[in-house]
Amino acid sequence: MMLLDGLAAVGALTIRAVRSFGRAGLFFFDLLLHIPAALRRFGLVVHQIHAIGNLSLLIILASGLAVGFVLALQMYYALVTYGATESLGLIVNLSLVRELGPVVTALLFAGRAGTSLTAEIGLMKAGEQLSAMEMMAVDPRSRVLAPRFIGGVISMPLLAILFSAIGILGAYVVGVLLIGLDSGNFWSLMQARVDVGRDVGNGVVKSFAFGVVCTAVALYQGHETEATPEGVAYATTRTVVVSSLSVLGLDFMLTALMFSTP
Amino acid sequence: MRQSRGLATASRGRGCDNNTRRGHCRQTARLNAEPIIEIDHVTFGYDASRTILDDISLRFARGKVTSILGGSGCGKTTLLRLIGGMVAANRGRVGFDGELVNARDRSKLLLQRRRMGMLFQFGALFTDLTVFDNVAFPLREHSGLSESMIHDIVLMKLHAVGLRGAAELRISEVSGGMARRIALARAVALDPELIMYDEPFAGLDLISMGVAANLIRKLNDATGATSLVVSHDVAECMTISDHVILLAGGGRIVAQGNPDEVMGSSDPETRQFVHGEPDGPVKFHYPSRSLAEDFGVGAGA
Repeated sequence: MMLLDGLAAVGALTIRAVRSFGRAGLFFFDLLLHIPAALRRFGLVVHQIHAIGNLSLLIILASGLAVGFVLALQMYYALVTYGATESLGLIVNLSLVRELGPVVTALLFAGRAGTSLTAEIGLMKAGEQLSAMEMMAVDPRSRVLAPRFIGGVISMPLLAILFSAIGILGAYVVGVLLIGLDSGNFWSLMQARVDVGRDVGNGVVKSFAFGVVCTAVALYQGHETEATPEGVAYATTRTVVVSSLSVLGLDFMLTALMFSTP
Repeated sequence: MRQSRGLATASRGRGCDNNTRRGHCRQTARLNAEPIIEIDHVTFGYDASRTILDDISLRFARGKVTSILGGSGCGKTTLLRLIGGMVAANRGRVGFDGELVNARDRSKLLLQRRRMGMLFQFGALFTDLTVFDNVAFPLREHSGLSESMIHDIVLMKLHAVGLRGAAELRISEVSGGMARRIALARAVALDPELIMYDEPFAGLDLISMGVAANLIRKLNDATGATSLVVSHDVAECMTISDHVILLAGGGRIVAQGNPDEVMGSSDPETRQFVHGEPDGPVKFHYPSRSLAEDFGVGAGA
């Protein structure tokens, strides 16, 4: 009997998970279908790029600078043992543009912009603003969801590029200005060995993919939230958890695909 | 308030008194004979365990103000949501102007909704917009009018609800009663054929309540729209309505007719509701165990 109960519980859990995936998939597909309608209201998209991207700038730049400082210090301590400190700029650059830039930006994005999107949509739902919009024959998917989705997807790569750029500057400050490494070495090795298409390009592609995932998850959680204060609180938490895990999982897969050949 | 009610009563049924409008009234009489909304054997529940409306059939006359009264949870708001296609009936059909309201046919539904306006129970105003922009929202979306024309219409609508001076305020800066009046202005911004009011008098002070009731009646007469008013406020509804429907749990129709008929009904359930009597067929207390059982006295003593 206990075995049967256990099996039933696993079955119910599986059905719930599959149903949830199905709903999320349909939501995402629906969102994509409403992109053209949202692009026709480009003012809304620009407003969202400002709200999602510009207002996330401070935390992204501050974090990028801090990561650049720490990365330069840690790399210096490791490289100095082998007498390879001239590679500091190159290593910091590759670490940032390939991995840390897109991934850390996406995690910060999920925490700052993702939760904000989820709470906003959830509260709009709780306050019947979405229903009111529907009753006014205005589709909230075109008017509210799709512009936010486009705004998030455009903002993420831009933020990731800025994160990497400020991180490299931070590494320069620590490596060249504080430790005293050669400035020419720092930049020239970077210029010679970093491939714009393979390294920078793939980093941008990654952050674009993370932008799609993080924004879609945030909007879905907001849209599906239970219209209560507890419901909105749970939804924002789920946004951070699901987005972060998705970003980390996706990052591993994309890295394997992009950098599998030397 | 008394004066406002008087105005509302006077305006009721005045639509055809003016000789110059008789021809128009004869023309519209045929149309008015057809109900604009038909609810045909509709059963609805948000989940399988809870049926809100059970096999309910109703017809709402075109060009009239119909009030739907009833206790909390009897399905009044759900009825409006069914008419607006926000939820789909589990069984039965909902018709609007001879066409089926199908919540799953979005493109047709959006066209039907352009002919409807709805005042939500809690206003449902867009908190990121100003008062002016909230009322302008449906006009900007659907009217295709110039911004100067929209400006004038919005100010007229806000003037009608006494809030022209509040046009530039943010929604966070207005009181609950003001929000309800702004929502009312927004609901009628496009002069829709069908206006649904969900608890339009809740949270309003006495002056605002009288003005809102008067406005609902006047708008209905001036634009020839059909108004459905869901409310608990018996006095205001009786003042402005042509027809009153009293619902009980499960969407059961307890009484319907013109306000005088309903107010004069000898049916105990109707009398209890319209006169607000505490004792009668409708129990105030939720079903529970006996007091002695809950307080642990009697049996163990």
